[in-house]
Amino acid sequence: MPNFELHSHKQIIKHREVVDDDWSVLKLVEDGTPDTVEVPAGKIIVPLKVWQAQREQLLGRAARKELGIWFASDELANTVKDDLDKFAVIAVDFPKFSDGRGYSIAYNLRKRLGYQGELRAIGDVLRDQLFQMYRCGFNAYATRQDRNIHDALKGLTVFSETYQASVDNELPLFRRHPRGALPEHSDLGAGI
Amino acid sequence: MYRYDQYDHLIVRERIAQYRDQVRRRLADELTEEEFLPLRLQNGLYMQRHAYMLRIAVPYGLLSTAQMRMFAHIARKYDRGYGHFTTRQNIQFNWIELEQTPDILTDLASVEMHAIQTSGNCIRNTTTDEYAGVAADEIIDPRPYAELIRQWSTFHPEFIALPRKFKIAINGAVEDRAAIAVHDIGLTAVRNDAGEVGFKFMVGGGLGRTPIIGSVINDFVPWQHLLTYTEAIMRVYNQFGRRDNKYKARIKILVKAVGAEEFARLVEAEFADLKDGPETLTREEVERVAQWFNPKPYLTLPSIDPRAEHAGDKAFANWLQRNVKPHKVPGYASVVLSLKKTGVPPGDATAEQMDFVADLADKYSFGELRVTHEQNLVLADVEQSKLFEVWQQAKARGLATPNIGLLTDMISCPGGDYCSLANAKSIPIAAAIAERFDNLDFQHDIGDIELNISGCINACGHHHVGHIGVLGVDKDGAEWYQVSIGGAQGNESAIGKIIGPSFSAPQMPEVVGRLLEVYVKNRVEGERFVDVAQRLGVAPFKEHVYATPIPAGAKVGEDEYA
Repeated sequence: MPNFELHSHKQIIKHREVVDDDWSVLKLVEDGTPDTVEVPAGKIIVPLKVWQAQREQLLGRAARKELGIWFASDELANTVKDDLDKFAVIAVDFPKFSDGRGYSIAYNLRKRLGYQGELRAIGDVLRDQLFQMYRCGFNAYATRQDRNIHDALKGLTVFSETYQASVDNELPLFRRHPRGALPEHSDLGAGI
Repeated sequence: MYRYDQYDHLIVRERIAQYRDQVRRRLADELTEEEFLPLRLQNGLYMQRHAYMLRIAVPYGLLSTAQMRMFAHIARKYDRGYGHFTTRQNIQFNWIELEQTPDILTDLASVEMHAIQTSGNCIRNTTTDEYAGVAADEIIDPRPYAELIRQWSTFHPEFIALPRKFKIAINGAVEDRAAIAVHDIGLTAVRNDAGEVGFKFMVGGGLGRTPIIGSVINDFVPWQHLLTYTEAIMRVYNQFGRRDNKYKARIKILVKAVGAEEFARLVEAEFADLKDGPETLTREEVERVAQWFNPKPYLTLPSIDPRAEHAGDKAFANWLQRNVKPHKVPGYASVVLSLKKTGVPPGDATAEQMDFVADLADKYSFGELRVTHEQNLVLADVEQSKLFEVWQQAKARGLATPNIGLLTDMISCPGGDYCSLANAKSIPIAAAIAERFDNLDFQHDIGDIELNISGCINACGHHHVGHIGVLGVDKDGAEWYQVSIGGAQGNESAIGKIIGPSFSAPQMPEVVGRLLEVYVKNRVEGERFVDVAQRLGVAPFKEHVYATPIPAGAKVGEDEYA
């Protein structure tokens, strides 16, 4: 019995398109320990802890661009700050859509550590989170497979302007645009 | 007041489209109720005991008359003819149909309003002093900064799924009228020796099941860094706040667990990377926002004593004493319209009253109103010479009860009559106490006192900081009330102490009566109830309240006191 499971999506959203995907996400099952798990061949995204435990063995696969890592939501971006250029993909797990730690992990990977590669949201990833995920630096989304991925794509285009700076926009609204113009047509209280 | 520019309008319009589609998907079962829940909460829509409740944001409690009339319209068209003003300076409607909420938001957008982030685990409405801009002890007007925080926190992509809700209060005056010490972040404006404006940051205050007074983590953050320093705090909290237990998820638990000094160090480490970055505020941006809060076109008027002209009118004199507040501009005053008339749930207003106060504000107060965190309304800029007129008109509509700061000016949450979280009712307790002490001469004799009632441990009624605090608890399926004394908000914030075993609803008026007897017996000149409670401690109050059994015959909520 292997002490891990592999999860794969036939399709993910990447750069605002639905694309085929050939990566698998390795998850340890009960009794699985990071240092003993045998990472199978192929393009595998392993838990951060597995990378930390088996770094020497995995370096070669990483060099062949067949290795990615994923962060659990309670792990911190800066734990791998010197290895970021080694991974073909970094994923961040959202165990529940209500767990927002992944947004800060993404922000820190991009803004503080300068990670440039694929940053993929995995786990409980639904349409209504995609816009904020995008803003925090994700560029790939393994959306939940019980939902229509083409519908989910619509989640990326909800807002055309935002107030604050984040990864998607270096500058907040007040530095991007001159502000203060009131709308030409006032419909004040039109609904009353 | 702040006016939306084209970008504010665009963002709110796109939000409505997003939300309308979310409602459509929920009704089509494309979204489960579990998935819809955080989405609707971030739009202020709760499922309550009987129906949906919609909480609408009143940013920092400031309203135009067009906005107030829109509330009246919503009350009539979509609800049952009234609304409830809350301790968050917001308004909520209790009888809302899910299908109608997108239309309500469309109506609201036409008066530059929304319901964004009035609930959910995100940054909520920033609250402030209801006398901001007119208070004589003001260091700076906090409202432009509150508006900047509103914009910055609106749909902040990183802080939309925090461990728990997050509340910020900002005070610009010497006296804290925004209860900053019991907020997740409490800000107060300060000037340094060079006269520059900055903010003192308190973090980790809060009520609920673990009441804590916030800790100062930085005495002076220059105004330019208001948003970046707040962002640093939010990032620390988002990463390290507990998520395993809903009741230990607020930032106060984190600050307590790591200690304020260590917490401050973590924040400084985050802030180091943000300092002087693009989110740093510019003078130009602050001035752009501040121009909307510029002083009103005040007339040059003599200061007058309105009492003099109506010397024989005791009722008017009472109202002047309790409901009229000093103003920094000569010849003007601020008027508090009491939403605490006996027999009416604290904070409730009918559609007719809303229309009426809008008319009053148009006529007497530059078309603006404020909501107080004590659940009253304020006309901030009334000419002193017009006070008698205002009083007569307000009185005719039941809005001139001269009880501001007195016993019947209670804070009360909606309690078990509406709220599905409540363990006990609040409104009938408030009503029974109000009826028992309806006598105004008695109330004026008792003087300043804050009685706060919460129907459950979540403390929406701020019972911990009431001079007398009442907390509804559930014991074996029955409703009981625990009483604390000595709590206070403001500069001397304190958490009240529980006096002993809890009481049944019918006993509550007598309990309050006995507490007041101890106060009256022990007070020295000028001492308020809270001063005596803090000076003597719980013991003498406890002794008197429990000395003889309190009859439990009368039924609270019925009219035997009438």
